[in-house]
Amino acid sequence: MRAVRLFVIGAGLALLWQLIVVITGAPAYILPGPLPVARAIVSHLPQLLYHLQTTFSEILLGLILGTLLGVSSALAMTIMPRLKQWMLPVLVMSQAIPVFALAPVLVLWLGYGMASKVGMTVLIIFFPVCSSFYYGMQRINPDLLELARIMNGSRLATLRHIIIPSALPSFAAGVRVAAAVAPIGAVVGEWVGSSSGLGFYMLHANGRMQIDLMFAALTVLSIASLMLYFFIDYSLNRLVFWENSKEVRHAVQP
Amino acid sequence: MASSAIVVDRVSLCFAEKVLFKDLSFTVEQGSCTCLLGPSGCGKSTLLKLISGATFSQQFVSHYSGTVWCSGGDAKGGKTAWMAQEDLLLPWMDVLNNVLLGAKLRGRVTADLRKKAALLINQAGLGDSLHELPATLSGGMRQRVALLRTLMEDRQILLMDEPFSALDALTRIRLQDLSARLTRGATVLLVTHDPMEALRMANHIIVLQGDPARVATSIPLQGDPPRAADDREIVERYPMLLELLMSGVEE
Repeated sequence: MRAVRLFVIGAGLALLWQLIVVITGAPAYILPGPLPVARAIVSHLPQLLYHLQTTFSEILLGLILGTLLGVSSALAMTIMPRLKQWMLPVLVMSQAIPVFALAPVLVLWLGYGMASKVGMTVLIIFFPVCSSFYYGMQRINPDLLELARIMNGSRLATLRHIIIPSALPSFAAGVRVAAAVAPIGAVVGEWVGSSSGLGFYMLHANGRMQIDLMFAALTVLSIASLMLYFFIDYSLNRLVFWENSKEVRHAVQP
Repeated sequence: MASSAIVVDRVSLCFAEKVLFKDLSFTVEQGSCTCLLGPSGCGKSTLLKLISGATFSQQFVSHYSGTVWCSGGDAKGGKTAWMAQEDLLLPWMDVLNNVLLGAKLRGRVTADLRKKAALLINQAGLGDSLHELPATLSGGMRQRVALLRTLMEDRQILLMDEPFSALDALTRIRLQDLSARLTRGATVLLVTHDPMEALRMANHIIVLQGDPARVATSIPLQGDPPRAADDREIVERYPMLLELLMSGVEE
């Protein structure tokens, strides 16, 4: 059922795309239709896959590192509340500075290779992961802590058995946002300076007026990002197995 | 005369401008069930927290004096077990692990404890739900699990804060019976606003009234709880208790 729905949505979008091409009469060097783009994907599949490999590794590595960093910062602020007063301004600052403006600096510092793109991705996803996990832990039912205290629970065990699990649904929401925006970091990094990756390939194709190829790269990137998102969504649902989303649906539906 | 398990001696507590208790004193006998009966919002829950050894943030408490003593030394975590109105079950743990929560938090889950927990769960009629998640249980079953978790603590003093008030009438009566059966011999301090619950469950009723709360009256009851609905103590005392409680309610 889900596969059918995905197919229908994909086909619908392609149809809409074709419709726009037909109605506006845009020339192929401005907006190529879905068929030329599909042809470009097929004819350039090896190159596209090669560059996808680079971009996907950057996204994945950025996601993993950013999540680890976000989780450990949130834990540190929870365990040491005093640290929070020092870290929170830094956290907010990391979001206040437009990450795109930092991209050239990151490339300057970390080089044209993978590190600068991973760095961009980490910068982008650190905040949603850290803040969702941290505030998830803060929102715990105080009576649960009271229960743990009366039970003479150790701080570590209380953190492990009560505080962290209760923050997981909120954390999962943060990681979903992170998974959705992580490709931005990698691609922007590639635009600024790189020698491989789909972002690099798009710029390259654009410069040579191979607009269909540019759209092909864009499509491949979108599909890969979607698949990554669905995989992460699925894993997170397994992680917070007790959060039954069906219940909410039943409550909302009459 | 049994000895005292809890002594509350001239306790005064103020939150900012609000005086919650002023020179409040009472004792709870060892091995019996004492009910603190009083209107909602008179500070019963706060009193239980004091007895459980909670420390209130200086930010909120403007004055605190008096002593709270639990058998075996001063009030600190480790002597009491606590059961709240909310079941506080962890939704990611099955029934068995929820019952074992205290041992988990202390890092001492043994095979013996597991066996004991499973036995208790069976006794409470939840044997089929051993590995179910709380979300699949009814309200009465959840509260039964919370009761078992409290009993598993094996503490001398059980503090129960309106544990049955969120249940429907029949489930409540069944759970009161189960609770009275399983806690027999332990020192229980049960907070409630329901005079019928107090009469069914208590060996001793302490009525709190007024603002700040003070002990209006202290009633020892005959016979062993849980009492049947037609028990003489209930029939004779219910009207009197109700009247006493009503007289304290200002329109």
